[in-house]
Amino acid sequence: MTPDQNAIDAEMAAVRPDGGIHPRRGYGPYRSSALRHPRQPLVVVEDPESVELTGPVFGVSDVTDLDADLTRRHLGEPLGERITVSGRVLDREGRPVTGQLVEIWQANASGRYAHQRDQHPAPLDPNFSGVGRCLTDDRGGYRFTTVKPGAYPWRNHRNAWRPAHIHFSLFGRAFAQRLVTQMYFPGDPLHAHDPILRSVTDGSARDRLVASYVHELSEPEVSLGYRWDIVLDGPSATWAEKGEPR
Amino acid sequence: MSTPSQTVGPFYGYALPFAKGGEIAPAGDPRTITVHGVVRDGNGSPVPDALLEFWQSAPDGSRTGAPGSLRRDPADGAVLGRDGVAFTGFGRVATDADGRYAVRTLPPPADAPYLAVVLFARGLLHHLHTRAYLADQEGDALLAALPEDRRATLIARQEREGVYGFDIRIQGRAAEETVFLEFHRPRG
Repeated sequence: MTPDQNAIDAEMAAVRPDGGIHPRRGYGPYRSSALRHPRQPLVVVEDPESVELTGPVFGVSDVTDLDADLTRRHLGEPLGERITVSGRVLDREGRPVTGQLVEIWQANASGRYAHQRDQHPAPLDPNFSGVGRCLTDDRGGYRFTTVKPGAYPWRNHRNAWRPAHIHFSLFGRAFAQRLVTQMYFPGDPLHAHDPILRSVTDGSARDRLVASYVHELSEPEVSLGYRWDIVLDGPSATWAEKGEPR
Repeated sequence: MSTPSQTVGPFYGYALPFAKGGEIAPAGDPRTITVHGVVRDGNGSPVPDALLEFWQSAPDGSRTGAPGSLRRDPADGAVLGRDGVAFTGFGRVATDADGRYAVRTLPPPADAPYLAVVLFARGLLHHLHTRAYLADQEGDALLAALPEDRRATLIARQEREGVYGFDIRIQGRAAEETVFLEFHRPRG
């Protein structure tokens, strides 16, 4: 029998926090994880010559200025609440990750993705594709203009709804710092019921996936401002270069 | 404090894959090799919505890479893809409905004879790192530390000249599940 939200909520409440920052890959309440997580322990690599301590680079040929404004990619304007999302990409030592690629994708204001496998009967918006890119500036800063995505149903359990979120893809200075994640909006009552967000079992780590509303970032008569800083985990070759203790 | 990972989900298709994403080798380079395979889940079923990324040394050992993997048309913003000259070292491909992928690249150098691979998928809450070794390198610390059957999951099998098969099994018994890696700060 397909579980309902109460059953999933009870399953999530029964999972003990493991102290980890990242989700456990096998997280029962997120049903799709069952056959898509390794059972063998990961093998730890500490070799300073690992190729993964370096990583791909991107440049001005890879993005256009328009890519950071998701509301101006079509002839008309998309429906929805105009927002900006900005912040900084930092490494674990707090240093900015500069000149690196940030990619985002999201549902439209009605909660529908421009993807033919999304069959949620909310309307598509001919003026919104929901895809953005930019390079971080010399302070690690990024900024996107978009519309606030809608919540949408999915089939993890009966009456399952994903809270509004924007997908982010980030590169650091090393392939080992690669991160794909999701940014959520503050104050959403669906947070408590979402097995993907709650797969991060540590409460303070989970809070780091939620952007802040910052009134000073709102533009009068135009858009509401959200701020979200991202800290990339994982080692890079620059640790050794900086002469820091290893 | 680090930002947690979340699954790539099922709907990245308009955002992440890009034209010529798997054509890492410069156009017409006679050294070009093909690496291809199938991604499978814990039942052995193909995973039709996985995304794979590749990063490697250039044949001369350089690890600086180069920009331009997603080169754009300044007129309409379309992704033109690589210019066919620079070796960016980076590739990205989604699996097809059969769970298959293929990339064409230049062979990595003998001192790091592998493609670094990152796997993303719906259902996978935190991406996985692995390596496709194009040679069973003597003295490679990672390979040497693995039991024989586990080690075999990291070795791409040569099918014919210039064509290598590298399947990824996300979950399975020890001998079938791909070895996945975790990177820690190097020891001094």
